[in-house]
Amino acid sequence: MSSLATTSQLSSSLTERRLPRWMPAVNLALAVLLAVAIGAGFNLSSKPQWLLIAAILYVVIQYVTSAVVEGRRHAKNYVATSLVWVAFLLALLPLISVLWMTISKGIGVINANFLTHSMNGVAINQEGGGLYHALIGTLEQVAIASLLAAPIGILTAVYLVEYGRGNKLSKAVSFFVDVMTGVPSIVAGLFILSFWIIILNMPFTGFAGALALAILMLPVVVRSTEEMLKLVPNELREASLALGVPKWLTITRVVLPTALGGIVTGVMLAVARIVGETAPILMLVFGADTINMDPFNNPQSSLPLFVWTEYSRGTDQSQARAWGGALVLIAVVMILNLVARGIARWKAPKGATR
Amino acid sequence: METPRDTSAPPSDPQPSKGSQSAAPNLAGSSPQRGGSSLSDSGRTGRRGDAIFKFASSGSGVALLVIMAAIAAFLTVRAVSAISADHGNFLTTSDWQTQADPITFGIAAIALGTLISAVVAMVIAVPVALGIALFISHYAPRRIAQALGYVVDLLAAVPSIVFGLWGALFLVPHMIGVNAWLNQYFGWTYIFHQNEPGTQPRSLFTVGIVLAIMILPIITAVSREIFLQVPRAHEEAALALGATRWEMIRTAVIPFGRSGIISASMLGLGRALGETMAVATVLSPSYVINLHILDPAGSTIAQTIANQFGESQGTGRDALIAAGLVLFVITLLVNGAARLIIARRKEYSGADA
Repeated sequence: MSSLATTSQLSSSLTERRLPRWMPAVNLALAVLLAVAIGAGFNLSSKPQWLLIAAILYVVIQYVTSAVVEGRRHAKNYVATSLVWVAFLLALLPLISVLWMTISKGIGVINANFLTHSMNGVAINQEGGGLYHALIGTLEQVAIASLLAAPIGILTAVYLVEYGRGNKLSKAVSFFVDVMTGVPSIVAGLFILSFWIIILNMPFTGFAGALALAILMLPVVVRSTEEMLKLVPNELREASLALGVPKWLTITRVVLPTALGGIVTGVMLAVARIVGETAPILMLVFGADTINMDPFNNPQSSLPLFVWTEYSRGTDQSQARAWGGALVLIAVVMILNLVARGIARWKAPKGATR
Repeated sequence: METPRDTSAPPSDPQPSKGSQSAAPNLAGSSPQRGGSSLSDSGRTGRRGDAIFKFASSGSGVALLVIMAAIAAFLTVRAVSAISADHGNFLTTSDWQTQADPITFGIAAIALGTLISAVVAMVIAVPVALGIALFISHYAPRRIAQALGYVVDLLAAVPSIVFGLWGALFLVPHMIGVNAWLNQYFGWTYIFHQNEPGTQPRSLFTVGIVLAIMILPIITAVSREIFLQVPRAHEEAALALGATRWEMIRTAVIPFGRSGIISASMLGLGRALGETMAVATVLSPSYVINLHILDPAGSTIAQTIANQFGESQGTGRDALIAAGLVLFVITLLVNGAARLIIARRKEYSGADA
């Protein structure tokens, strides 16, 4: 046996045979070609179907070539990789479609008139009208809800981080904050309905809706504030306490200002969540086509409720307005999110270790 | 995270007494004559301020518990009064007649509809969401992964009414072909059988798809966090033993993240169960029990509440509150279980940070 033969034998047993790097691309092209052929051949009209066939074909072809050349383990790896990619692309499709539909259908409706007029006196099959009344309603209800939920939420978080420290009450609060995050918005609405409207016999107003929104907002504020307070370095607290500053001043003058950016971010993300809530508004604020500046008397409207009412009126004109309302709503939510995350990036507690 | 904060606790308690012994005479003696700086002033009022502030913050915590208890209590009170007026069995009746003379209503059909739509949503969303989470945590290049994580978070914020609008005006017309195809080739499975082929696909199946898209972001976000916590050493050990990337994921990532995946799915399930507007826009409701999920039939609890609310009075409203109570209990159980799983995992894995 010559040494040359040994080395070649060794190298072939040490490195497995691999597919060339260009192989997946070739297989993909092959799969697409086949899919187009099948789609055209069987006269399949829907394009998503072609895409689906191409995806399946690609996975199959890739598996077979890899199994032949590299063995089943690597073939499985390829399939897993492809499936992960497919999952990713599959999920992008509807999400892009939602955004695209909203923007393309909504942009045609939005103009100065749409933003500054109410639906007062606009017939359902008539063009025009606007969502000014809904904007006012949303702003007021969300502002009231934030004024109610933000202080309670921040104080609760302060309790959890600064005072509770794992005692029974704080564990219970912490658990129920988590559970409260999952309370469906319609249940929060029903609670306010039974308590505020049926038992206390209050009228349907923007304030009633704001109460329900506050319940939905509370756990989000608590959770995000808690996270931020945990990030405040302990040295700051110790230094302040060592200077003889009482604990409550340490919290209000040292801990909270340090975490302020994060807290503001959390509150804004919570606001972004409740801006889009429809169900409690539908039940508690009841909706109106006219401008009502007073959240404590008479029904109001709000952006998501506007979308819902215009959709359920069912005419082409009103559905166009619904898309317009949806676009404004998405814009508001996205702006809130982006600003909140911008603040989070600027004001993140520096030197925090996590 | 826990230990350093715990060590800060002792200094805060003996602080007033220590201050009064040594440092305080100097401070307290000199500063009041100068009008008092804010610090020494507060040293005087510190204890009262402390008490008030502690009371306010623990009071907020208690208020939160009270709200949760009040939700359960008030819903129960109204629900009991409704169920006592119910001429049918609340649990087994499928009809929802609150205007008719013998008031009969029950949650059989709507609870089933809620369950079906949520199951369809989970079957579609969980695998896809896990795929995206793996893509972000283990497949995509780092920069793209960060951007994607960001996009996923943004998508979680899109309001449900927008998804509902999209589902009703875009997805429903596009589902006709899919429904016909499923009915033709999979009709024998019973669930995909259509009683009347060609009807508008305002069905629980379409609802399930919309719900799946809506809960994708939350499942993705939570399981991505878990996947990113997998100890680097486990992954590298698997790769060093010659595992392919998929084998590494199967042997190191998935076992580590299993409880996280379960709880993420349950959080998504909780959201799917309680979703209102997306269902209300897409589904044409009927209060019958029908397991053919492509038929435009069935209804969900949340949707019934939203749809019936406008025309209900008195007992009708109480009946809706009773349905809401059922929904509340279901979501409470699902979410509570999910949180307990997460909490237990934290304890034994030691991955606290």
